[in-house]
Amino acid sequence: MAFTGDCAVAALLERPDIWRGDSLSRAGARGIPSGFSGLDAELPGGGWPAGALTEVLPAHEGIGELRLLGPVLAALSQRGLWLAWIAPPHLPYAPALSAAGIDIAKLVIVRTASAKETLWATEQALRSNACGAVLAWLPKVRCAAKYAELRRLQIAAEGGRAPVFLFRSPEIASESSPAALRIALGTAGGGLAVRVLKRRGTPLTHPVLLPAMPPAVRGKHSNPHVDRHPVPATAARNFPARFVHA
Amino acid sequence: MAVSAALALAPRLRIVPRDPAGETEALLGIGGWAAQFTPGVAIEFPDSVLLEVSGSLRLFGGLESIVERLRRGTTELGWSTVLAGAPTPRAASWLALAGEQKFIGAAARLEEALAALPVEVLRREDETHAALEAIGVRTLGELRALPREGVARRFGQRLLDDLDRAFGALPDPRNFFAPPTRFRASIELPAEVTQAEALLFAARRLVVQLAGFLAARSGGVQRFALRLGHRDQATTEIAIGLIAPSRDAEHFTLLLRERLSGLALRAPVRAIALEADDVVPLAGRNLGLLLEEGKPPGHWEYLVERLRSRLGAGAVHGLASRAEHRPERTVASAEPDSRQPHLDFGERPFWLLDRPRPLAETGAVPHYEGPLELLAGPERIESGWWDGGDIARDYFVARTRNEALVWIYRERRGEGGWYLHGLFA
Repeated sequence: MAFTGDCAVAALLERPDIWRGDSLSRAGARGIPSGFSGLDAELPGGGWPAGALTEVLPAHEGIGELRLLGPVLAALSQRGLWLAWIAPPHLPYAPALSAAGIDIAKLVIVRTASAKETLWATEQALRSNACGAVLAWLPKVRCAAKYAELRRLQIAAEGGRAPVFLFRSPEIASESSPAALRIALGTAGGGLAVRVLKRRGTPLTHPVLLPAMPPAVRGKHSNPHVDRHPVPATAARNFPARFVHA
Repeated sequence: MAVSAALALAPRLRIVPRDPAGETEALLGIGGWAAQFTPGVAIEFPDSVLLEVSGSLRLFGGLESIVERLRRGTTELGWSTVLAGAPTPRAASWLALAGEQKFIGAAARLEEALAALPVEVLRREDETHAALEAIGVRTLGELRALPREGVARRFGQRLLDDLDRAFGALPDPRNFFAPPTRFRASIELPAEVTQAEALLFAARRLVVQLAGFLAARSGGVQRFALRLGHRDQATTEIAIGLIAPSRDAEHFTLLLRERLSGLALRAPVRAIALEADDVVPLAGRNLGLLLEEGKPPGHWEYLVERLRSRLGAGAVHGLASRAEHRPERTVASAEPDSRQPHLDFGERPFWLLDRPRPLAETGAVPHYEGPLELLAGPERIESGWWDGGDIARDYFVARTRNEALVWIYRERRGEGGWYLHGLFA
């Protein structure tokens, strides 16, 4: 079968929702720098996809999913852009956000009662085209979001330039998804290991290791293979304490 | 035509008594809405609104553009109108009464256009019209051709004066209508409505009227209320609050749609009313010459209001930080975009649990998904003796067996014990 018009094919390939398996990125879609140069090098467009879904699948809660996004959220909020946090699992703690450089005045936190409301609120946030970034936590339940619903979000996201982060449970890694980027988070050697499950371009086989650790802990991990014995609580009691008396 | 005769011709005819008060209210409503096009609005009871538009032509891009906006707007308000224009107010209202949708710009063409109108537009007593008919006068032109003294003697000077005003021979000053300071408009529904969503169509008419009213006053509202009137029960009120004043009819309609779609009606609705009390000045928006670099074009206020109208006001909020050492009191919810002091607290987790979760302890080692490894600490926080919420805790950063980092503390009073308070995420 021969193509009748090369122009038509060329025009088709220009579409943002079509990517070719042999190329990592298209020049048109510049990403938003993640703040981790090792990760940016592996992401098409050199950063988090703008105007597209990114699925983040942390192996379990607290592994570093927000530390990973800290630099990009800080950069966006400092430019005066809005950050919509939809259905976060706990209260985002303002002092930690401030310490990460995120302007908490630019946060809009949306609490929802059901998965349906979460999807609705996420779609509204994307359609409004008023946010610098949208973060949404989808329920842990399998099949909480159907492909068609995610596709709706993807289409809504394409109307703007905001990166969209969907936090989902790692069990759905095998399900198909319209997201432009899917990453699974694990740990390795005391740091954060980012496994790219899907990106627009050739698959990435090795995980990206990031030094995403809170400052107080970082110093203690010059050599992660030693010093893994739990500090006994009795010993901890003798540490010089930072006293706060008020 | 008598009611009996009408019913004989059309047995399914629905007879509705005329409601003069309702007509007046409607006319005033249209007047308030139309004041957005010109400050010179005069009401001519019982059925006309006069607009002095010569000063507004440039602003709105010519007569055709104004007429088109008026036509579209009155249709959205739910009225069918006859629009006509002329150099004198009386001539314009007569043209409209005669059903002539004409717009006469030059005074020279006025003579000809008015001469062809039937004498009924004069709206005199029945005897006058009978007498005019008896002498064979059917149009204004024929009436004007009669000797003036004779007409004055027979029909009174006021008839002649009216004619002169229409033709521009006598001045015709009008009292301009001053729109009220608060907005209130209502619609009696043609049938009782049981589905809340079906009210939106009628409510939209009121919203358009409100937007016009606000545009006329260069103002906006920060809250308005839709009242649903029932037959026997007290009215249902749907109050809508906005973050910033607005007069955007589309946005108002969206907010009402969200609220109505989630509403279960207690009783069928017979009438709806829209009310807005506090009109605040709303300056027009200055647009930058160039698009601001990288700023998304949407309105975040609209997003927040839209989410709130469906999820509830408390479901959408921002964060505030307080100068307070007790971790659970350091944050509070606040309106988004409220400036916050920058406070340095040292190492703090991204997630704070709603309430600390007790942890098991084996051999002096706290357990959460397995034994915890303490990485940093203790940070002693002892505070709050003055308000009864005093705490005495030693906080540690710990690592779970899954390599997640958590924020835990050991209670220093009472029975002690370990608690999980945050996740570093």
